[in-house]
Formats: sequence, structure tokens, C-alpha cells
Amino acid sequence: MLSNPLIRMIAQRLALGIVLLFAISLVIFIGTEMLPGDVAQSILGQSATEQSLANLREELGLNQPAYVRYLDWVGGILQGDLGTSLTNKQDIGSMIGTRLGNTFFLASVAAVMSVPLAVLLGMIAVHYKDGFIDKAISMSTLGAISLPEFFIGYLLIYFVAVQLGWFPSNALVHSGMSLMEKLYAVALPATTLTLVVLAHMMRMTRAAILNVMSSAYVETAELKGLSSFKIIFHHAFPNAIAPIITVVMLNLGYLVVGVVVVEVIFVYPGMGQLMVDHVIKRDMPVVQACGLIFAATYILLNMTADILAIIANPRLRHPK
Amino acid sequence: MKFIKSLSFGAKIGLIGFLVFALSAVFAPIIAPYGETEIVGEGWEPVSAQFLFGTDQLGRDLLTRLIYGARNTFFIAGAATVISFCMGTFLGFFAAVMKGWIDQLLSRFNDMMMSFPTLIFALVVLSVLPANIITLILVMAVLDSTRVYRLSRAVAVDIEVMEFVEAARLRGEKQMWVIFREILPNALSPLFAEFGLRFAFAVLFLATLSFLGLGIQPPEADWGSMVKENKDGIVFGIPAALIPAAAIATLTICVNLVVDSILQRTTSLKGGRG
Repeated sequence: MLSNPLIRMIAQRLALGIVLLFAISLVIFIGTEMLPGDVAQSILGQSATEQSLANLREELGLNQPAYVRYLDWVGGILQGDLGTSLTNKQDIGSMIGTRLGNTFFLASVAAVMSVPLAVLLGMIAVHYKDGFIDKAISMSTLGAISLPEFFIGYLLIYFVAVQLGWFPSNALVHSGMSLMEKLYAVALPATTLTLVVLAHMMRMTRAAILNVMSSAYVETAELKGLSSFKIIFHHAFPNAIAPIITVVMLNLGYLVVGVVVVEVIFVYPGMGQLMVDHVIKRDMPVVQACGLIFAATYILLNMTADILAIIANPRLRHPK
Repeated sequence: MKFIKSLSFGAKIGLIGFLVFALSAVFAPIIAPYGETEIVGEGWEPVSAQFLFGTDQLGRDLLTRLIYGARNTFFIAGAATVISFCMGTFLGFFAAVMKGWIDQLLSRFNDMMMSFPTLIFALVVLSVLPANIITLILVMAVLDSTRVYRLSRAVAVDIEVMEFVEAARLRGEKQMWVIFREILPNALSPLFAEFGLRFAFAVLFLATLSFLGLGIQPPEADWGSMVKENKDGIVFGIPAALIPAAAIATLTICVNLVVDSILQRTTSLKGGRG
């Protein structure tokens, strides 16, 4: 079976992804270990009593060597046990459960809004190359990489939610809501995320299609007398699909990060909000678990991008 | 002067904007109408002749806080970028001249660090590190240096195969000479553009961390924390939080305008976001 180059390469990518995940878990673990001095002291602050320090050390297992704690932690996660929170003694798995669903819901809504829009606008930019629309798209990219998420978010809240009163400023969702109610609640946060990733995707789609537009077969199509949109849609776009997929996946990965800030802006009950709250409370086990889930999602998306690019472009299957 | 003339119209505006911010950061105590933490009026007073941008949630003058905030932002983002460049370029050049297993080790480690989001790693690390400015600068610098490493290694690999480097090697020069006297002077132009880009990202990153409550701690003024402090007013229709957010956006746009213009003349070495 492994003689098929396509399957072999996909297997390679999967294996690489798994290795990377373990490496990342190690990095996250070391990240919380590299503190000079005592973790318990830094979590509880200078005023902590000797007894409470000793208790916390016992609870975190700090009396054991680091590698034992790491193996315990990773072993637990592999069995679905994320550990318990320091501050409220709850099981982290059940704390994260619904919030993870909420976060994926928000990110998916943003993805469904931004991907088709970006590809469409990218094609329009190619059609009107060097025209007004094209220039406007280039300018908006500069804006998008310069504006902080919270600026876009609060502008939307200030004008759309407060002044116009069209959408709620706090995106509160709970399990009793219907899909439409949920969509209404996440309208503003999803728009913010869309605006953050849209420009970059658009520009890369434009670049990918323009790259193909200089090939001989596009010239042939032009000489046949096909309309410009038909050329872009039937001849250029299918051949530009591999780089476009890569860009889309990378930006979906960016959504995973952007979601952290956006959730805080709109007080959305998701993973990002949970993580930030517990970083401030210095609740290490929760932060580690959230960090690992975010990192795993990011790596998974990047891996999918790699694999889809290999499937979409046969030339990548035979590296020289 | 020749450099300024070569810039595009947009880049000149960017440069002027950047200088305005930089000067107000340097001369903050002279320009600012009030003291940094001085309470001069009621909370969230509207814009008036006395308070050009109004007051914040505690009644401190927003313009004053904005000017002092420029100081903190410039200092921390600047220090983080300088440190990340020193680390990133040195290690990048080092990997390029040493080749072999040292290069492999550094590059694979770098790939791993870049394979997951900076903000997530910063959150993990900041959950145990003490909250002070030095930690903040170092965390930002180390995380950012991965991007600098990748660029400087790529640039150095191209320069390393040039005849003059070979000539230096044949003269019997040491590796450090090759790094600092042969490669560095020839890599300055792309690195300069990248420096501007990284500075803009550092400003955004610092603002994000402060906004999340993990950056500069109150009562010091900082743009990101000013947004955080004033955000509750937004739902009552008080736009105080938008002003520091706009300041961040303006500064990064200015820097990016200059960088764009430089990059258009050299090659497209633009790095990704995050």
C-alpha cells in the first residue's frame, strides 16, 4: 500500500504531525517549568504561608522530578483526563467541554463567512487588475495587518451595537438557544474575525490566480475569445486552487488565535476567555490544557493544508 | 536625505506620523497637559477645550495618558524588537556559516517554535512568570526572534556562497569575522525592512497582551491597558476606549507604510502575521 506515493506522503505528514504534537506538549510543559525559583511561590505571591506553599507543591506534584510529572500529564491527556483546576477544583475536561464547542462554532461561522468572500473578491481583483477595486483591496490588506482586533471589535460594538442597536454587544450563548438565535448572537464577533483574516486571504488568492494568468493555456483561452470571467473561473482558478487552499488553511489557523482576543471583547463563553481568565488567576493546569488544545488545532489545520496541497497538485507528489 | 526623497508619498506620511509619536514619547513630561496618574476631573468627561480627548474611567486626562502611553509602548516594543533582532540574526547567521548538524538542530527547533501560535505560548509562559516589564520584554523578544532567525538564515545562506566570503575564509578569518564583517553589512537592507515590520507586530502584540490584562500593569499608562480600562464605557456610548485603540492602529499603519515602500524597492521579504 505504501508503494503509492500519494498515500506514502500523506502517512509521512500524519506521522510528522504526531511528532510535532508531542514536541509541542513538551514545549508547553517546559514553558511552565523554566521559571527560576519556585512555581508555587510565584502562583501564590510573596505573602503565602509556608503551609499553603507546601500544600500547593504537593497538589502540583512539584516534589516529584519533572519528567515524572510530564509523563503523568501526557499519559492523563491520552486517556482523556485533562487534570483538575487549581482554583475551583473542577475537572478541566468538563470545564472545557461546552466552551470548546462554542469556540469552534464561532470560528466556523467566521470561516463560512470569510472564505467564499475572500476567494470571490480575489477573483474580482484579478478581473479589474490595477483598477480602483484592485487598489482598494491592496490598501485594505495594509489596514488589516495594522489594526488590532479590539479596535475593529469595539468600533463594531460602538457603531453597530450601541448606536444602531442592530446586534447585541455581548455575545452570550447557551445550550437552550436555537441555531438562529446563536447566529444572531455571534454576528458581531464573527464579523470581526472575518475582517481580520479577509484581506490577507483575498490578496493571496489574487496573487495565486495572477500567477496562473501568465501561462500559455490562459493566453490560448484569451485567443479563443473567451470572456475574462470565464477564463478566470474555468481555466485560472482550478489551477490556482492548491495555493489558495494553503492560504485558507493558514488563515483558519489564524482564526484560532484571533478567537482568544475576540472572545474577550465580546464576553463570549469560549476557550479563549477561559484561558485568559485562568492565566490571570495563575491556574497552571487549566492554562496548559487550553494551550495544548489551541496548539493541536493549529497544527491539525496546517497539516490538513499540507495534505490537501499534495492532493490538489500532483507535482508535489514527486519531490526532486 | 536621499533616503527620504526616494520614499513614496504614503511612506512620507508614515514617516511623519511615526516621528510625531516618537517625539511625544520622548518629550512626554513637557508636552502632557497633566500628570500621568493625576485625577483632574469626573470619570468619562466628554471632549472639551480643557480635555481634548475627554477623561478616562477615573477622571484622568486621556490625552496625557495617551502621551505617556506612547512612552511605554515605544520603550517595551522597541526593546523587545532590538533584543529579538540581536538574538535572531546572530543565531541565523551562525546557523548559516556553521552548516551541518548545528544548522539542522537550530532550524528544526525554530520550525517547532513557529509551528504554534505566539499568543498561545505567551499566555502559557505568562501564567507562571512574575508580572513585570523585564519578563514581558524577554518573552516578546524570544518569541519574535524565531521569525527573525528564519529570515536572517535565509539571507545569510545566499551571502555565504559569495566569492568574498570564500576569500575571507581562505585568508584564514574566524567564523565571527565572517558573521560580523562579511555577512552582516550585506544583509542590512532586508533586515532593516524586517525590523520595521517586527516593531509594528511588537506594538500590536504588546497592546493585545495589555488588553488581556497580562502586559503593563496599572496605574502606568499603556495603550492596550487603556482600552481595557475604558471598554466598559463603550456599551453606554462612551468612545473613550476607541481613542487609544486608534492610536495603536495609526502607529502600526505609519510603520507599515514606510516598510511597504522600502520592501517594494528591495524584494518581497514580507513575513506573515502572528
